[in-house]
This record gives sequence, C-alpha cells and structure tokens, in this order.
Amino acid sequence: MTGVLAAIRPDDWNFPLLVHVLGAMVAFGAVLTGASTLAFARGSAQQLRLGYWTLLLVGLPSWVVMWLGGHWIYSKKGLVARPIDSAWTTIGFAVAEAGGVLFVIGLILGGIGVRKLDADGGRGLLKATMALSLIVLAGLVVAAWAMAAKPD
Amino acid sequence: MSLDEWVLAFHVLSAFAFFGGLVLFWVLIVAGRNADTPDDTLRMEPVAKVGNAAVGVGAGGTLLLGIWLALSYGGYDLWDGWIIAAIVLWIASAAVGSRTGVEYIKPLHKARELSEAGQTGPSAELLALNRTQRGVVLHGASSLLALAILVVMIWKPGA
Repeated sequence: MTGVLAAIRPDDWNFPLLVHVLGAMVAFGAVLTGASTLAFARGSAQQLRLGYWTLLLVGLPSWVVMWLGGHWIYSKKGLVARPIDSAWTTIGFAVAEAGGVLFVIGLILGGIGVRKLDADGGRGLLKATMALSLIVLAGLVVAAWAMAAKPD
Repeated sequence: MSLDEWVLAFHVLSAFAFFGGLVLFWVLIVAGRNADTPDDTLRMEPVAKVGNAAVGVGAGGTLLLGIWLALSYGGYDLWDGWIIAAIVLWIASAAVGSRTGVEYIKPLHKARELSEAGQTGPSAELLALNRTQRGVVLHGASSLLALAILVVMIWKPGA
C-alpha cells in the first residue's frame, strides 16, 4: 500500500521531496567527505580541521534541510493525522533523528578536539568523530535503501 | 522484495554515491584554493580517490540500473521523454565531469613533479593550478546537470 501511495504521489509533493532528497544527498556527501578526510589525515591538523568543518558547515545544515523536507512531506495531506505505518518510514525517522543525535554528539566531540589541536591534542576526540560519522554514513545508506525499496 | 525493488534501491543508492562524490569534490576544490605546496596538494589524493570511486560507481549504477528499470518496470519505457532527457543529461554530466577530472589532475602531476625534484616549498604555479577557474566552472556545470537529472527523476515530466 505504501509503495502504491509513493508511486502515485500528488504533484505538489514533488518540491518537498526534492528538498528532502537533495538535503539527504548533500548530507551523505558531507559525511562521506568528513569521515574520509578525518580517516586519511594521518595526524595533519590542517586535514583534521577540514574534515571537522566539512561536517559542521556542510553536513549539519544539509541534515536539517533533509529533516525539514521529510517533515514537510509528512505533514502534507494530513499524514501526521493519518500516519503511514510502515517499516520504511520508521527506518527513515530513526536514521534522521537517532542518527542526527549521534551526528551532533560527533560534532561536539570534534569541536572540542579541534580546539585542542593547537595544544597538540584532540586527535582522539576527532577519531571518535570519524567513527560516529561512519556509523551515521551507514545509517544514511540503510535509510536511502528503505526510502527507495519501501519495505512494509 | 522483488528483484525490481532491489534494483530500484541500488539505483537510488548509486545516485547518493554520485551526488556524494560531487559534494566531496566541492570540498576539495574549496580546500585546494590555499594549497601551494606539494605536500598540501598530495595530502588530498586519498580523499580524491574516495570521490572518484563514489562518482564512478554512482554514475555507472544510476545509468545501468536506470535502464534496467525502464525496461523492466511496468508503465515506463526506455523511449519515454523524461527517461531520454535523463540519459542525455547523464551523458552531458559525464562528459563535463571527465573534463573536470583533467583539470584537477594537473595540480597532482605538478605536485609530484615538484616533490620528486626535492622542491617542497610554496609554488605559485602549483597554487594557480589548484585555483583553476576552468575547473570550478566545469564542476559547477557538472553539478547543475546532476541536479537537473534529479529534478527530472522526481517530476517525471510527461509520465
């Protein structure tokens, strides 16, 4: 049923869907870039900063855009009052919200780590940010799969 | 889940990889604008390889799996206007993307050349190659073409 509903979605859902998908794709790219840059930094403070700032300045805003776009679609046509009760929406919300919390924790740890780089510290905290980013990246892959395949 | 649903899921995941790679290269383009030493330039190479893999797998996956879906999915045909438009945009994006790659391989070659010659200090020539205006314009065009494909995929004009 949900697959049919998605396939015949009204035209006025298209723009919110574009906002949601584009936000998710940019967030995916930012997390991929941030995690890769942190992973290949080999202790370089410059590269660790680049990885962190990519997550903060590109990843966080696009995550918010993805989240807002998703809620915009969900609120259209009264879906909040008549929720689509399915695995794929549950996965989507779980990744957007629980993944979002992990992402923010990673940003906080990374922010402290970046501040400590001048004193030659903080690399362990930035490794934690990288690890959390990889978990978030895996979550985004699962969410993208669920949004496309729409398992009931 | 049917085979077509799995193919659709991997088609969408390929699109995420493709866009993810484009975002990665935007970050490298911005970061590279201050890179004037061979070390600063070459340090980005492993990250660029991740981007190359993402764009390659993503571009190939979107096209091949998209064609599969057009042939297999009921209600869609390969010669539908919006599908032809998407394929034309994909070809244009790939062509522009490959030219972008040529622009950004130049600073890597130069950095290697300088490094092998033992010149590790700042180089104005290397900085100019990293700041290529042509590369920025080409990557911008490639990104806009990818965005146009996404718009066509969502609106499906004429479907």
